[in-house]
Amino acid sequence: MMAAPSSALLDVRDLHVRFATARGEVRAVDGVNLSVAPGETLGLVGESGSGKSVTLRAILRLLRANAAITGEVRWQGENLLALPEKRLRDIRGKDIAVIFQEPMSALNPVISIGRQIDESLVAHTALDAAGRRRRAIELLDLVGIASPEQRLAGFPHEFSGGMRQRAMIAIALAAEPKLLLADEPTTALDVTIQDQILKLLLRLNRELGMGLILVTHDLGVVAETCDRVSVMYAGRVVESGPVDRVFTAPRHAYTDALLRSMPHGGAARAPLRPIPGQPPRLDRAIAGCPFAPRCALVEDRCTVEAPPFAVVAPDQRAACWASDRLAAREGVA
Amino acid sequence: MTALALTFRRAPASLIAGAAVLLVVLVCAVAPGLIAPYDPLAFDYGALLQPPSAAHPFGTDQFGRDILSRTIAAATIDLQIAIFATVGPLVIGTIIGLLVGYYGGIADAIFGRLVDLVVTFPFLVLVIAIVAVLGPGLSNMYIAIGVVGWVFYARLMRGEVQVLRGQDYVSAAKVLGYGEARILLRHILPNAARPILVYWMTDMALAILLGSSLGYLGLGAQPPAAEWGVLIADGKNFFSQAWWITVFPGFAIVFCGIGFSLFGDGLADLMDVRR
Amino acid sequence: MSKAGLIAARLLQILPTFLLIGVVVFVLARLLPGDPVSAALGDRATDEAVNRLREQMGLDRSILEQFLLFLRSAVQGDFGQSIAFRTPVTTVIAERLPVTLALTGLATLIALALAVPLAFVAAVNANRWPDFLIRGVFQVGLSSPVFYVGLILLTVFAAWFRWFPVGGYGEGFADILWHLLLPSTTLALSFSAVIMRNLRAAILEVLNAEFVDFARAKGLSRRVVMIRHVLRNALISTVTLVGLHAGSLLGGAVITESVFAVPGVGRLMVDSIFARDYPMIQALTLILAVVVSLAFLITDLIQMALDPRVAR
Repeated sequence: MMAAPSSALLDVRDLHVRFATARGEVRAVDGVNLSVAPGETLGLVGESGSGKSVTLRAILRLLRANAAITGEVRWQGENLLALPEKRLRDIRGKDIAVIFQEPMSALNPVISIGRQIDESLVAHTALDAAGRRRRAIELLDLVGIASPEQRLAGFPHEFSGGMRQRAMIAIALAAEPKLLLADEPTTALDVTIQDQILKLLLRLNRELGMGLILVTHDLGVVAETCDRVSVMYAGRVVESGPVDRVFTAPRHAYTDALLRSMPHGGAARAPLRPIPGQPPRLDRAIAGCPFAPRCALVEDRCTVEAPPFAVVAPDQRAACWASDRLAAREGVA
Repeated sequence: MTALALTFRRAPASLIAGAAVLLVVLVCAVAPGLIAPYDPLAFDYGALLQPPSAAHPFGTDQFGRDILSRTIAAATIDLQIAIFATVGPLVIGTIIGLLVGYYGGIADAIFGRLVDLVVTFPFLVLVIAIVAVLGPGLSNMYIAIGVVGWVFYARLMRGEVQVLRGQDYVSAAKVLGYGEARILLRHILPNAARPILVYWMTDMALAILLGSSLGYLGLGAQPPAAEWGVLIADGKNFFSQAWWITVFPGFAIVFCGIGFSLFGDGLADLMDVRR
Repeated sequence: MSKAGLIAARLLQILPTFLLIGVVVFVLARLLPGDPVSAALGDRATDEAVNRLREQMGLDRSILEQFLLFLRSAVQGDFGQSIAFRTPVTTVIAERLPVTLALTGLATLIALALAVPLAFVAAVNANRWPDFLIRGVFQVGLSSPVFYVGLILLTVFAAWFRWFPVGGYGEGFADILWHLLLPSTTLALSFSAVIMRNLRAAILEVLNAEFVDFARAKGLSRRVVMIRHVLRNALISTVTLVGLHAGSLLGGAVITESVFAVPGVGRLMVDSIFARDYPMIQALTLILAVVVSLAFLITDLIQMALDPRVAR
């Protein structure tokens, strides 16, 4: 069963992103389907190069000129990919906000934090200068930055790594977005700070009823924070469903292998096993399942025919010919 | 040889275009007599101040001298300026930059002050002043440019060497007990040389601009020698009646300058030098 | 460090440079061929007159003494009498320096006005025809000698069309502007090419920065993203470049002033060299070096204002 489209906050259908490069066309995203309900937390996981960050950026058309985006991104009855740039700007930052991995490079080094918050408020609210200042202080306070009034005048290089990430979150929250796209928000941080930032995101998600798409390569982060998860491989979503289902009963051989490769992974008592081989090159066409060359459960048709992204369990979908065998093995164990 | 062939295949368009332009200038400089239709110094009182025509594509000056031939002949001196005014600074600057960058210490501190000093002086003013001391003429101009110009090469070289000095392979060479001369010449110099070569191209273009400027002011090449700046100075009093005397030698300077710039840009691309 | 502290530190840094400049200038002037005294008095002067002037100018003392005297008076702002003008050197320079500053200042403004928008257009259209066109035109500008550009502008716009005066300097703001427009455009041309090239590269680099993506993700208008985020960051390195070119701009002024007969210090320098006017050459070189140093200082201050990472 799939959630009815009308209940979804954001619905990504058959998203393709192709980059024109000097060495030919690269299919970074190849038919991705995603959906997020209001207030829901969706984890988007995959190895680096699997297309998860590109997918995230494609939602708001933040990619460079050499990227061709096709498909549909439905947001409140509109297709974001077809909107004129001017209309899209009203949605960027106001309805859907983004935070990036590296706050040091995502924040403008020569503009004060206060001004960078103010910019968003000017663009998306009707507040006057005093009102915007009050709101900016409120935002810094909300994300847990101490003595926010003094910090407003500070510049990014004067903040610590964790504080910078909090500041970036404050900027993103300025116009009270309904959905936050977070691109590896904790990867660049120390472990202890990582935890604080994740807790902050979760709290905001709960308190503000804000949907969240969390892109990460860390399955542990997803297990800790997300309601649902979509697993990406070679530019496609190979499996998606509720986190507790997908992580305990994966129905795609890749998800299964990924979980086994992690310490404290979902599949209990299974030996830790790295996935052999490399992800396929995306600058040439892939016949069949892209994971087949590395797959332990590969069968003949895997290399010929791409498996459909089919419902494999209630609210769970996977694109794997071996999903039945995975289910059967689960029954035995 | 294969490396050369590979280089040629990877050569950026700007490198090839620049090389073509410079080749034209070089041919003019080496064998002006073969290309020039007239003797650049021959007076022709039957053809004074003639506008460009089939017989004289660039026209003639107030003595009936053919401007095309004079412009071609001037390539000899101007290319000589490009080379002679820069080779000294290139060699001296590279050596000093290499030593100062590698050994550091007090020499480096003195060098730093010297750089401050040189950048504080308007270069052209200083060169003019030195030429004034030594007397007008080409050789004195080379000396004047050399006295100041080496500092720019040395500064560039010093920066490169300081980066390279900390690199693993240099440390490895030290651990292996290689002599310092060998480390400097075999390991550091070849790697640091690329930006220097690129800068050399730019500098040759600058040298032609500077040389022709001094020629124009009467401090560089002396008439009746044909030099582009001198030719322009010769024609400036006739500009209103006979623009061609001034305009065409100027084209030659621009043409040559673009050649060096393109070649330098191409070289930078090819050798992956950031500027 | 506070801003005042930084300025003080920079000023202190300049001092040893000034001393070295003094040495160089002094030595250079002593090396000039020809005798300044006979240059001043002509060949027919009596021995008595020559000796009197030698004494007056301190030329009868030892070199070291002469140098110390030179330094002392330089610090006091006294550079002696000009041999050519027979008035205090400082009087002549005080009259001429503003002309050159106006010329180079206007040239800088023109160069920036040309370079900044065009660098922007070139960078945004990188490797498409507007970029190639702009870079091509500026490449020609960069390869054209100042005196050549000056001669052409002078002949075309002053001699043929008579839109501008053929030379000299005016009185009153509008008249001065009218007189200086051609010479400063001449001077600005190659300078703007240097700025354009640097700024284009800087903009391209900034366009790739993630904070530009983030600014777009905030829903800011294209104008705000381009000006406040891209251009402003790219201009920081351009400011440094403009400052570093103060010296070559003054060098260009020497030639421009000669071509357009502008009565500034550049032309004065050339005239003084031919006239062997030692005190004038010394004073001019020193003052030009001071002007360049001050330009560096101003550059540093602007950079501090633009880039918070530098100051604190």
